[in-house]
Amino acid sequence: MAALMNNDVFVVALWAIVKVAIILGVLLGVVTYLIFAERKICGHMQARTGPNRVGPFGLLQTPLDVLKLLFKEEFIPAEANKIIFHIAPMLAVFPAIVTFSVIPMGPPPMFVVTDVNVGLLVFLAMSSLGVYALTLAGWSSNNKYALLGGLRSSAQMISYELAMGLSTIPVILRSGTLSLVGIVDSQAGTYLIPGTHIPLPSWGVFHWYLVLPFAVFLVCSFAETNRAPFDLPEAEGELVAGFHTEYSSMKWAMFFLGEYFNMIVICSIMITMFFGGWHGPFMELLGPVFGPLLGLGWFLLKLSAFLFFFIWVRWTFPRLRYDQLMGFGWKVLLPAAILNVVIAAAWLYWRAA
Amino acid sequence: MVPVLFLGFGALLVATALMVVLHRNPVTSALFLVLAFCSLAGIYLLLHAEFIGLVQIIVYAGAIMVLFLFVIMYLNLPHDVEHGTHIAVRRGIGWMVGALMLLFATLLMRRGWAPGPENAAMIGQEHGNAAAIGRELYSRFLFPFEVTSMLLLVAMVGAIVMTKARRPAGEERP
Repeated sequence: MAALMNNDVFVVALWAIVKVAIILGVLLGVVTYLIFAERKICGHMQARTGPNRVGPFGLLQTPLDVLKLLFKEEFIPAEANKIIFHIAPMLAVFPAIVTFSVIPMGPPPMFVVTDVNVGLLVFLAMSSLGVYALTLAGWSSNNKYALLGGLRSSAQMISYELAMGLSTIPVILRSGTLSLVGIVDSQAGTYLIPGTHIPLPSWGVFHWYLVLPFAVFLVCSFAETNRAPFDLPEAEGELVAGFHTEYSSMKWAMFFLGEYFNMIVICSIMITMFFGGWHGPFMELLGPVFGPLLGLGWFLLKLSAFLFFFIWVRWTFPRLRYDQLMGFGWKVLLPAAILNVVIAAAWLYWRAA
Repeated sequence: MVPVLFLGFGALLVATALMVVLHRNPVTSALFLVLAFCSLAGIYLLLHAEFIGLVQIIVYAGAIMVLFLFVIMYLNLPHDVEHGTHIAVRRGIGWMVGALMLLFATLLMRRGWAPGPENAAMIGQEHGNAAAIGRELYSRFLFPFEVTSMLLLVAMVGAIVMTKARRPAGEERP
């Protein structure tokens, strides 16, 4: 045992596994209450109360819903492709969880699982693998509504992935690294607005050439998580329930677990790239022990704000029509993202010269 | 640790690549190809080529194969038909090409060309190799890079022209 503890690789791997276990456990709880929050917020936006019957303030509603889903009968269509039908819900959750391993949730090395030097690419790769869950679920159900939902999701996610990938390039140009820890580091400190004495945090979104990329990334992130106004793959008004029409019980719940995981991931990435990650005021004052904890706190605060924003948007905007969705992705967002790259590159080159 | 992982990824790559060819159902074949790409990406990661490995997943597994699947699902292909003379002819051609490839590969291996240098220089290890690749791409390989981009542009324009419906001469645009 002592020999093992002296082995660097073993210690790093052990710490990584411990952190992964903690993150996974916490996330499952967070998702449970994120669903509760969504239902509550939605209720109040529609001048209702939302769930308030089970437990104090309705707090036990979603845990009991999960229990109900676990005990529900599972239905598999006779003509479905059984193996792929089982694999699809797993694929919905897996890529989202993998991305958490590169997100810096607080100051390294304590609150980072791994600092990969291509962390941003890990996120892009995993979000591009997320398409398979919906596409395969739609195809393997052997149901025309499900198939239509699956086809829509593959077309939608491929279209919006391009704009999303391109809108990250100005951030990479500014920080000069693909590592997410490096990107957060490049946003440390404050700067003065030129010509005035007002300090601004040096976060990505407070630089003029990163405002448009942020807007593009934000819109694409709604499309990538399949949430309203881009929830075409499951448009219940036209496709019954879209890609998960034939799914029931816990398999159905896995898709929603995946959706909420994806939401948390994409909000964390937005914070990391544009909102300074875990940076915030007063961290130096608290010393080496409580400072990093406050960093984690800032990260969680920003995360909650973004998650609230996602829920807010979902219950505010109507669903787009399919041709509007495609037209917007290819004719507005993609050119805007390419323009961003040119502007940011020209500005950074001019400033450096 | 690394040799074990390499053997694992290599075995997975060979097995999934074989399944791509051997499986009857086109969708399952396409999915095995995705797995093959992912295991190839794993081998790239073991070689410290993180950038190439992840771009392999983003481009091939995440974009190109999704388009393949999209087309296969859209056409709703039935299982392969297994009779008729043209299938026999195709099989014969397949065996011949396969035998030729095998011969070629053994020749290459015996000449000792395929394995490459024993200790290849690791470029730009300290900053990760994304920076090194970018520098090489925009200096030494700039001309091939630009030519490739022109080629892709031509292919894209060609595809758009071909899919646009032809109108008889003189007809007004709608």
